[in-house]
Amino acid sequence: MKEIRYIKAINEAIKEEMERDETVFLIGEDVGIPGGSFGASRGLYDLFGPERVVDTPISEAAITGLAAGAAACGLRPILEIMFMDFMTVCMDGIVNQIAKMRYMFGSQYRVPIVIRTPSGAGLNAGPQHSQSLEAWFAHVPGLKVVMPATPYDMKGLLKSAVRDDNPVIVVEHKALHALKGSIPEEEYLVPIGKANVKKEGTDVTLVTVSRMVHESLKAAAALAEEGIHVEVIDLLTISPWDRETVFNSVGKTHRLVIAHEAVKSFGIGAEISAAVCEEIMDDLDAPVMRVGAPHVPVPFSLEKTYLPAAEDIIAAVRKTLERTF
Amino acid sequence: MKKPAKKMLIQMYEKMILIRKVEERLMEVFSKGEIPGFIHVCIGQEATPVAVCSWLKNSDYMANTHRGHGHALAKGIDLNLFMAELFGKANGFCRGRSGSMHVADRQLGILGANGIVGGGIPIATGAAFAASYQKTGQVTVCFFGEGATDEGVFHESLNIASLRKLPIVYICENNGWAEFTPQTVHMPIRNVADRAGAYDMIAITVSNEVLDIYQAAGTAVERARSGQGPTLLEVKSARWHGHFVGDAQKYRGQEDIETARQKDCIADFETKLVKEKVLTKMDITETGDRVHRQIEAAVSFARESPFPEPSELMDDLYA
Repeated sequence: MKEIRYIKAINEAIKEEMERDETVFLIGEDVGIPGGSFGASRGLYDLFGPERVVDTPISEAAITGLAAGAAACGLRPILEIMFMDFMTVCMDGIVNQIAKMRYMFGSQYRVPIVIRTPSGAGLNAGPQHSQSLEAWFAHVPGLKVVMPATPYDMKGLLKSAVRDDNPVIVVEHKALHALKGSIPEEEYLVPIGKANVKKEGTDVTLVTVSRMVHESLKAAAALAEEGIHVEVIDLLTISPWDRETVFNSVGKTHRLVIAHEAVKSFGIGAEISAAVCEEIMDDLDAPVMRVGAPHVPVPFSLEKTYLPAAEDIIAAVRKTLERTF
Repeated sequence: MKKPAKKMLIQMYEKMILIRKVEERLMEVFSKGEIPGFIHVCIGQEATPVAVCSWLKNSDYMANTHRGHGHALAKGIDLNLFMAELFGKANGFCRGRSGSMHVADRQLGILGANGIVGGGIPIATGAAFAASYQKTGQVTVCFFGEGATDEGVFHESLNIASLRKLPIVYICENNGWAEFTPQTVHMPIRNVADRAGAYDMIAITVSNEVLDIYQAAGTAVERARSGQGPTLLEVKSARWHGHFVGDAQKYRGQEDIETARQKDCIADFETKLVKEKVLTKMDITETGDRVHRQIEAAVSFARESPFPEPSELMDDLYA
């Protein structure tokens, strides 16, 4: 095992996959000589050269379409969109083109594209550089969406995403870039579509993702001191999400809280809650609770007030324990 | 640039006739309700796809538009399976999932017609990027209308293609109408080719004459294939009909429609071929009859083909 930062895990995954497969290339703004605006591609330009580490103009819409065309014609692009907020500029390419190319053309084309994008608040980057928009993409058939929370999962999921023959959106969290964690020296993969039970518990199931995994573990540790045993599930993949793991856990605890950083309204928490209510309502002993951001843009100075944190999760867990049917 | 041989001239003529007659037949079956949804015909614009595709190999890539039947036919798509797709049948190129607006044929490098105006432009640029990356020598051609050149992706893509000297030819079929809006209303310039200057890209504007387009396209395709980079080729084309079949064109004066119809690329070519003794009047009649029979056979094939089963709805969403 070795200690590695989340940002370096991204770097290693890209490097290893580019070494393994010559059709893999990295494209984006400032990914080449600058090494990426968060340093994810540092050193890769020197290793692979300008043909495979491709700096582009600030043209998110065109480079998304370019990745679609390149993928349809036999390459495996890793496209970096510098901030998830900028994905809004790529929406035709992602939603109308990439997500539909396989189905719409009668499965003639495969579109093995990875779109990596740093999301989330915590750096006081303001309303246009701090959003968590994963639910938008999970809503579109044809895309896969993953949101790793640790260096281990980031490296393993990113490598799996590169090898997947479908478009995969890999949502990084900016506030986790510096996070350290242990990973094996040898190669490994983390499967797409499989959740991870981070902490077993018997009283409440807590489904979470990305930065909120860490807040959830903090909340679970605090609650454990009071004798409340929370089962923390890191969803890892938003679409397609691991229903089996979540349903099994709810079958055991009979209570569910879902915590994510994105605004609560119309978020992934709503989807998971609805699915649990549709499929295993009889297993629930209390209403499902959601923890998410309020329905406002991410403010510059009130960011801490805005961000959901461990206290909010603790409050939601208490509520679901109090409100037995 | 060399003049096309007699055989090539005849081939081009036949393709143009095929496209026009397919479109005319589609207007009939669509109007009778045999095909649901929308179709957009390219009558009046047959010269451009035929002249451009005359220079292409099967392995070369093509991206095109909602008004894309002519491009697919010019690239050589199988008429029966093309027709089956338009009828929404399970044996169509896209298993009945695309209909008229998204016909694709991977074997012929047809990346799929695009229902989003300008949507195919960055995709084609990506195909050219792939050919350049893999050093395959393939050329990409990308068709779009003048309306698409108001989209950001047009400018972004041309900028990138020029920067990287990608093997691509951008072909603007300027028919004067962006859906229901004339060029004078949405663009302060008359020649779309002027836009290439901003990207240090070679550009040329030609008339709707098939041989003019053929010469210009030949130069552009050769430039792309030899690694000298992209070209923007603008054709002053003509849209005889509405934006879609059934469009009453209340926004368009009769005079404008008449002017468009006078730019008849097929009649002009026919006159030239007869005058130069490439074709006789008899050849022309025979060609028309042969093409008519092919189209009738394709329509019958499409009618008799099965619709997709409801059980296929969720197939192949993911690889």
